[in-house]
Amino acid sequence: MALYSEKVMDHFRNPRNVGVIENADGVGEVGNAKCGDIMKIYLKIENDTIVDVKFETFGCGSAIASSSMATELIKGKPVSEALALTNKAVVEALDGLPAHKLHCSVLAEEAIKAALKDYYDKNGIEYDHTLFPDCASCGHCCET
Amino acid sequence: MDCTNERRKIYLDNAATTKMSEAAIKAMLPYMDGIYGNPSSLHSVGQEANEALTSARERIAKILGCEPREITFTSGGSEADNQAIISAARLGEKKGKKHIISTAFEHHAVLHTLNKLEKEGFEITLLDVHENGLITAEQVRNAIREDTCLVTMMYANNEIGTVQPIAEIGAVCREKGVLFHTDAVQAVGHLHINVKEQNIDMLSLSAHKFHGPKGVGVLCARKGILLTNLIEGGAQERGKRAGTENIPAIMGMTAALEEACAKIDENAVRLTVLRDKLIVGLSQIPHSVLNGDYGHRLPSNVSFCFEGIEGESLLLLLDDKGICASSGSACTSGSLDPSHVLLAIGRVHDIAHGSLRLSLSEENTEEEIDYTIKAVKEVVAYLRGISPIWRDLVNGKKEFITK
Ligand SMILES: Cc1ncc(COP(=O)(O)O)c(C=O)c1O
Ligand SMILES: [Zn+2]
Repeated sequence: MALYSEKVMDHFRNPRNVGVIENADGVGEVGNAKCGDIMKIYLKIENDTIVDVKFETFGCGSAIASSSMATELIKGKPVSEALALTNKAVVEALDGLPAHKLHCSVLAEEAIKAALKDYYDKNGIEYDHTLFPDCASCGHCCET
Repeated sequence: MDCTNERRKIYLDNAATTKMSEAAIKAMLPYMDGIYGNPSSLHSVGQEANEALTSARERIAKILGCEPREITFTSGGSEADNQAIISAARLGEKKGKKHIISTAFEHHAVLHTLNKLEKEGFEITLLDVHENGLITAEQVRNAIREDTCLVTMMYANNEIGTVQPIAEIGAVCREKGVLFHTDAVQAVGHLHINVKEQNIDMLSLSAHKFHGPKGVGVLCARKGILLTNLIEGGAQERGKRAGTENIPAIMGMTAALEEACAKIDENAVRLTVLRDKLIVGLSQIPHSVLNGDYGHRLPSNVSFCFEGIEGESLLLLLDDKGICASSGSACTSGSLDPSHVLLAIGRVHDIAHGSLRLSLSEENTEEEIDYTIKAVKEVVAYLRGISPIWRDLVNGKKEFITK
């Protein structure tokens, strides 16, 4: 059996929404080079809707496929829905990931949250801070 | 050249394992149907198998430069490493010697055994392998103490291919009266080895690294060194390794070893040409670095780090292009840390994640090497194109680590 599902390999080989948005409304970058996966998400937001999203990822097959799938899942959606996106939903949409690869996919959810937080901060929009646990405490991206 | 269909694979992972040679397969077959006896049985079918076992032991001893009774057949390199180290430790502790010298970039079969002994109260000194991946005999001399019971040092490194000055290290150990073990799993069948001339007290080898079968190997231990059993049971292998001998595998290993050793020089010349072509080709990729000393290196090993990318995605995309390779990235190992070998030679995490090992065999062709260079260049460029780290490096937000 192959390491990854066909869905994962499809998103890994042909990632959707790769790239950069100049003057993005929100940018989020999580992970670090030490642990081997870094994800950066760029959002274009109009009327409380994600009208465009792009990503750049340094990481394994699981990290790249999760970024691609996560951007697909939030594109065209209201900000509130993007905020509610979970790692679980990304993994399910990919037809699963091997257990030891789950941690690489968590970054997608976190990168989107970080980009939304950036959007709120830039625009002075009030938000519930508990929705954005501070990075240092989560340990997913082995923050040093 | 089309390597994208299933049948056309470019296999560049011979340090992981090799394809069995025809000679090895042919040597095994008679011992699966005709001569299937148990060498411990007294009847003629068993005795035929016993004769084969005796002859295999003699042939392997001749190649290694030792006596037949100094050969113990094992289930492979890992078991041989475990038994060599545990045996030396047990001999040492009887004399109150509980210090062992090794290196930080040994195979886990060695390192994990040393960890176990450390928990028992042994003191382990891991010598610095430097950025070039080489140890000197002087380092070993300086590290030896009154209570040192073992020096264990790999002959050639499985990831970066560096070859240690084993004869010099052996001479120092002999002079100081310390047992010397070498994990020669990556070297046997590829380099000229003679345990007597090189003052090697114990040597581990594994058949599947030189076109023999998997799951069989040898611990060669100088007579007089009392081995400690890892497996208790019958009296096979002079009572030092219980279990009915895997005769087909032992015969396959013997044939493979003879064939490989007869062609060491011829193969080395061929492989070195291909290896150097790969090294020159991949060095053209900007911000890349060769791992391990160029001069003291296995003819089959190429190991690079590419800045700004991650190894697993590199391997997956190369596999799509028909190239089978290996990496020391964390995501290929399932741990959070990249290869301990790359960290030991001082590669920082950022670039250790972007490592690629290509290990050649005699079957590889120049055409395959040309194709591989092109493919690696393409894949590295593509992955850098989608990497936020690479963007930061190029935009000067981060500093390049490599040239
Ligand atoms: C240097 C080294 N030592 C030990 C081993 C373990 O050998 P085996 O797979 O036969 O147990 C290997 C191969 O994986 C190796 O490369
Ligand atoms: Zn990963």
